[in-house]
Order: sequence, then structure tokens, then C-alpha cells
Amino acid sequence: MINELGHFALVLALALALVQGALPAIGAARGDNRLMAMGPSLALGTFVFIALAFGALTAAYVTSDFSLVNVWENSHSAKPMLFKVTGVWGNHEGSMLLWVLILSLFGAMIALFGSNIPPDLRANVLSVQGWIAIAFLLFILLTSNPFERLDPAPFEGNDLNPVLQDIGLAIHPPMLYLGYVGFSVTFSFAAAAMISGRIDSAWARWVRPWALAAWLFLTAGIAMGSYWAYYELGWGGWWFWDPVENASFIPWLAGTALLHSALVMEKREALKIWTILLAIITFSMSLLGTFLVRSGVLTSVHAFANDPERGIFILMILIVFIGGSLTLFAIRAPALKAGGLFQPISREGALVFNNVFLATAAATVLTGTLYPLAMEALTGAKISVGAPFFNITFGPLMIPLLLLMPLGPLLSWKRADLYPALQRLFWIAALALIVTLAVAALTTDQPVLAALGIGLAAWVMLGAFAEIWTRAGIGRTAPATSLSRLGGLPRTLWGTALGHFGIGVLLLGVVCVSAFERETVTEMQPGDTASVAGYRFAFEGVLPVSGPNYSEQVAQLSVTSPWGNVFAMRPAKRIYQARNMPTTEAAIETIGFSQLYISLGDVAADGKLVVRAWWKPQVTLIWIGAIFMVLGGAVSLSDRRLRVGIAERAKSRRKQAEPADASA
Amino acid sequence: MPLRERILPLLGAALIGLAVLSPAAHAVNPDEMLDDPVLEHRARELSSEIRCMKCQNQSIDDSDAELARDLRILVRDRLQAGDSDRQVLDYLVDRYGEFVLLKPRFSLANLLLWLAPVASLLGGALAIWRYARNRRGAGGEAAVAELTTEEHAKLTKILDERD
Repeated sequence: MINELGHFALVLALALALVQGALPAIGAARGDNRLMAMGPSLALGTFVFIALAFGALTAAYVTSDFSLVNVWENSHSAKPMLFKVTGVWGNHEGSMLLWVLILSLFGAMIALFGSNIPPDLRANVLSVQGWIAIAFLLFILLTSNPFERLDPAPFEGNDLNPVLQDIGLAIHPPMLYLGYVGFSVTFSFAAAAMISGRIDSAWARWVRPWALAAWLFLTAGIAMGSYWAYYELGWGGWWFWDPVENASFIPWLAGTALLHSALVMEKREALKIWTILLAIITFSMSLLGTFLVRSGVLTSVHAFANDPERGIFILMILIVFIGGSLTLFAIRAPALKAGGLFQPISREGALVFNNVFLATAAATVLTGTLYPLAMEALTGAKISVGAPFFNITFGPLMIPLLLLMPLGPLLSWKRADLYPALQRLFWIAALALIVTLAVAALTTDQPVLAALGIGLAAWVMLGAFAEIWTRAGIGRTAPATSLSRLGGLPRTLWGTALGHFGIGVLLLGVVCVSAFERETVTEMQPGDTASVAGYRFAFEGVLPVSGPNYSEQVAQLSVTSPWGNVFAMRPAKRIYQARNMPTTEAAIETIGFSQLYISLGDVAADGKLVVRAWWKPQVTLIWIGAIFMVLGGAVSLSDRRLRVGIAERAKSRRKQAEPADASA
Repeated sequence: MPLRERILPLLGAALIGLAVLSPAAHAVNPDEMLDDPVLEHRARELSSEIRCMKCQNQSIDDSDAELARDLRILVRDRLQAGDSDRQVLDYLVDRYGEFVLLKPRFSLANLLLWLAPVASLLGGALAIWRYARNRRGAGGEAAVAELTTEEHAKLTKILDERD
């Protein structure tokens, strides 16, 4: 019964989305306020009904209702409750339902918090959101219905893929979707602005909070996925350049570029055409990612050709939305008047530089991801494009970006003087140089590249705060004055600094773990000891343990650190009974920012157990860096000036309080 | 190629669960490793550039599929026979095609792939240069000042409308 209600709610949501797609836009075109005013309630209604459908599917998972094909295929009555719930989106149908749920959630958010947006713009935005919802609801109902029944209902389900039975599944996909689908809002704003023909700096100001919110969720989602893969897959890799990862990374690169170019558009009315195009591209890349992951085209072009129904459907969605928005863009863009002029050496110039490199990086990853598919489809030749290609092309593209990152925020808008900006960075450059030399001197057996990398990280980390340092006048005015100025600085400034600092922290982690990682692979039997990077581990034996829906063999290791403290580590191998599928459960001990990572391999010919141990120096900085970036985004988002209207009132208040130092 | 097929020995009941191949784990096993550290290092470096053909996007260094293991041993055999890195890769490409390389060769067919970053960077630079030139040709500071005022008026109007 609940299943039928869920199915029915989904169809009702489609009906509402059809109305949402039509009426507000017609209202905006005719200037009919009544039709436009229907937008918010329709968006809320669509959200409520999709949420009901989602709730119904969750209820089926919680109660292990195997009369639903989807639940039978992906769940098991013995599965822990957390994984029963997260299992809802651990499969194709459920994850698409989560996709539209989040899409409609953003629609509802615009309805609730978008009262400062002009009514006609908001009406068009909600209509475009409605069109996207129509497309994906149709996709779910016609090709991927999670409410399909099975008769007679089996007694037991097939269980969820064991690799997905992890807390990571509870956090990673929802976060990722909040990011990826969040960029639908910037897309809708771009489309709506082009429909109404109103594209100016106010538009950028309305869009930026949404772009920022989507970006910070996407950042968190990707970082979470990276850590999940790191501890789950059993060999401590944190980024694989896998097409599925790339599918989320390309929108991230484009979205990061969008954040920066929207800044120029907001402050200086420049880069309007480019910003609109980026808003379209970013969401197009999200759609492309959905296509790549959901159509099965990645597994093999042939798998896609054999069962093309779903793939073709998403491909059509892709063509309609990307093609449609680009057509609209081609019609509208020439009519856009160019905004403020600027010199090459200026804040705008620096942000253009940033955009060129980020866009190139996105294009590189995109080409690398699609090239094998295109080659096979067009010529039949099979080639692989993997990590070595991306490392060699993507890495060098990041270096100029990182080198200039501290400089950009110090340049003034319109026309900047390079010399004073460089002067302010002198001490930071000197410190970074000292760090480089010190590392090079201390690690004579390592490649110089490691020292340079750490120096670059120091440059980025310290340089991130140069703007704040300068604005507060630290070292040039009395400490009390500096302190009060620090408090008065706008939050977006702190957001930028934290975000850029996070990139530096991430880089430090990447360089350290790439250059100084130590590995020991050895065969052990009870009583044996081995060591990695000064940590001695003794193998004491294997204990069988049984979990709720798996049984595992847990190796008992006693580890002695170079300083003599002893701790236990318990890497394991699990067998999930329902699918008879094994997984590796690594044991990880965090020591400072570094980690000792031990996982079990196969049983060797002589009956000994293969034990793999890694010393991963400063590896956690990779994710701590991402946390700083997310924090930066959140701080920036909390800046009152991002909200139009409030900004006006705040400005007049600020004018009375202190006359100096407005904004950046 | 000596295929060192192994039969798992009888083990204590506690260890039986471990004998099944897991889908993904860092893979090189101690019994495959070469005694010469320099050769072994080269083998590891090479392995990370060779694809395990039946896996999804995994190098033979990362995959513990049976095929990956065979290829790891093959790479080490070739290195011990005195092959250069290039010769090992050529040998593999001859047998399995270019699919085996995770870093595609710089060839005519792959030209677009390798040129994409450079082309995109140059394209961006060119677009900016043309844009800047047009802007400079189109009007001086006066024209710009006028435009800004107009746009500011428009912006104020929009903001007023909303309040």
C-alpha cells in the first residue's frame, strides 16, 4: 500500500512539475503577477511529493519489503538498520530518486529564501527548475522505477554490495548530489536571465550564494568520497582518476571557475558572457557526469549499446538541456554589453588568469575521460587513459595557478600596481624559500621536487592570509588598531583566505605522502615481526569474528612505535554471506597528521599471510585541507553582504559607524 | 612465460576465509618481487602504467586479479632478461594492444588527447587577446564611463523595483 502511495506521489510530483515548468514562465512573459506567484507554491508542492515518494521507498527498505524489485535486489533483512536506510540510494533507481529529491529541495529553497529575487526572474528560475525535474521524473518513471513490484515476493533479498555497507554511503552521495545538483540553480538562473534578457551585476549577486553553497557541498562530497576510497579499498590510494571520480571533479573545476568569475561580474560587471557560459557549462558537466555514471557507458561502450534504454534517455536530456541553453546563449550573448574595462595587471586580470587555467584543467580532464569512449565508438580502437596521463597533464596546469594564488587578492580592481603587491609578499616568499631549502637539506636522499612542492605549499598557505594581514595593517599600526580592524573585515575575506589556505594544506599532504611514503609488503605467520618507517609490528595470529551479515578473519597485530609505545592494530578480511563477496578492512592508526595503514593480502603458497603496511606521512592533511576549503565556503556564505537588500541596509548602518574600508 | 600457477595449500580453518581473491587491494606479493632493488623499483614504476585489462581503470600494480599477477610476473621476467622500460611496454603493446597502456602514446590517433590542454590554454589566451584588442579599438575611456553610468542606473532601478 505504502509502495503504491509512493509511486502515486511520484506521478503527482511529475504533474506538479509540469505546471511548475509552464505557468510561472508564462506569467513572467505576460507580466501576470498571479501566474508568477504560483511558482513558489508549485516548487514546494513538487518537493513535498517527491519527499513522500522517497519516504515510501525508505519505508520499504526499513521493513525489508522484498515485494519491490529494487529492495529485493539491494537489501537484506540481516543488514544493519543504518545500511538499510542508506541502501535506498546505493543503487541506480534509488540514487536517481535522491537526485530529483535534492533538485526539488533546491527549488523549495529558492521558493523559501528567494524573496529578494525580482518576481519575474524567480518565476523563470523556478520554471527552468521545473523542466529539469520533468525530465528526470520521466526518466525515473519510464526507465528506472524504484516501485516496481515482484510477485511472488521472495523471502530474502540479495543484499547491498558490501563495499557500500559503510558510513561513507550515508554521507558521500547526499553531499555530492547537493553539490552537483546544486549547480542546477546557477544553470536555471543563467537560463532565466537569458530568457528575460536581464544580465547584470545584480544577477551575479543573486547567483553567488547558490554557487557557493553548491560548491562547498561538492567539495565536501568529493573529499568524503576520497577518504572513503582511501580506507575502504585497502591500499590507501586517495585519488584514482577514475572516470566516476572525474565525473564529479569536472563540475568542481568548472564550478570553482564560476565562483571566481561571478565575483568579477558582481563587482565590476565584466566577464558577463563568460560567467553565464560557465554557469551553463558547470551544470552541463553535472548532467554529463550523471550520464557517464548512470548509463553504463563507462563499463563498456558495448554494454551501453546492448541495453541503451536508460543511456539514450539521459543522453536526450543532455542534448535538450545543453543544446537548448547554448542556443539561447548564442541568441542572447551578442546583445550583451561589455562591462567595466580593466588592465591586464588587476584583480580582474588575476581572476581571468585563474579562469583560463581552471577551464583548461576541466577541459583536460574531460578530454581524458571521454577520449577512450570516443575512440572506441568512432574507430573501434580501444585505448586507456589513466592516472599517469592525468598526473602529467593536470599537475603542470595547477602550478601557475598556485604560484599566483597569493598575489591575486592583493591586486586592486581595474588597474593594479604590481610592485607594492609583490613587496607585501616579500617576507612570505622568503619564508617559503627557507622552507624549501630546509626540506631539501634535511632530505638529501629525496628528489628536489618534494622540497619544491613543500615550499609551494608553504607559499600558498602563508600567502592565503596576506590580504588579511595587509588590510589589518599588522606590523604597521598599533596592535589594538590591527585587532579591531581584523574584527571589522568582511567575512568573504576570511572565506577566501580559508579556502586558499585549504588548497595549500591539501597540497602539503599530497606532496608529503607522494614523496615520503614508505611501504612494506611481507609474508607473516604468528610470531613474525616486520617494520615500516620505524614502526615494528608483530603478527600474533588470526581470530574469526562474526558480524550481523558477514564473518571476518581479524589479524592481531601488536605495533611498537619508534618511541616505544605499543598499540594494537586489527586489519581484517570479511566475507559477506549473501553475495559471498570478500572485502578488505584496513587498520588505520593516526599519529599526528600521519597514518599507519595496514591491510591484509592473500595467503601465500607457504601458508603465510601477506601483510601490507604503509607509513603515510601527513596524509590526513589532504582531507583537512578540504575541510578548510569547505569552512571557507561556509564563512563566505554567512557574509551578510551576499544577501541583496540586507547588504543595502547594512551598508547604510556601516556608513554611520565607520567611514573607512568598504569591501573588496 | 612461466605461469607460476599455485594451488592454495590446506590451511587452518581460520584462514580459509582469506583465500578468496578480494576485488581490490594493492597487489604485488612478496613472492613476485625481484631480489635486485633497482630492477624491482623499475618493475613497480612500470606496473603503475600498465592496465589490468579485465579491471576497471586499475593498474596491474593495484589489482590482484589473476591476470594482473601474470602481467606483473611477465614484466619482471622481461626486465630480468635485460629489456629496457620501453622494450617491455612495446612487448606488451604487441601482445595486448594499446589498451594495456594507462598513459596513451603520443601518436597521430591520440594527438587530440595530448594537444587538448595546450590547445585549450592557447585558445583561452587568444580569446582574451582578441577581446582586449577589440575593447581597446571600440572606444576609449569616455565611452566606457558613459556605459558604466547607464548600467549603474539600470542596477539601481532593479534594486528599487525589488524593494
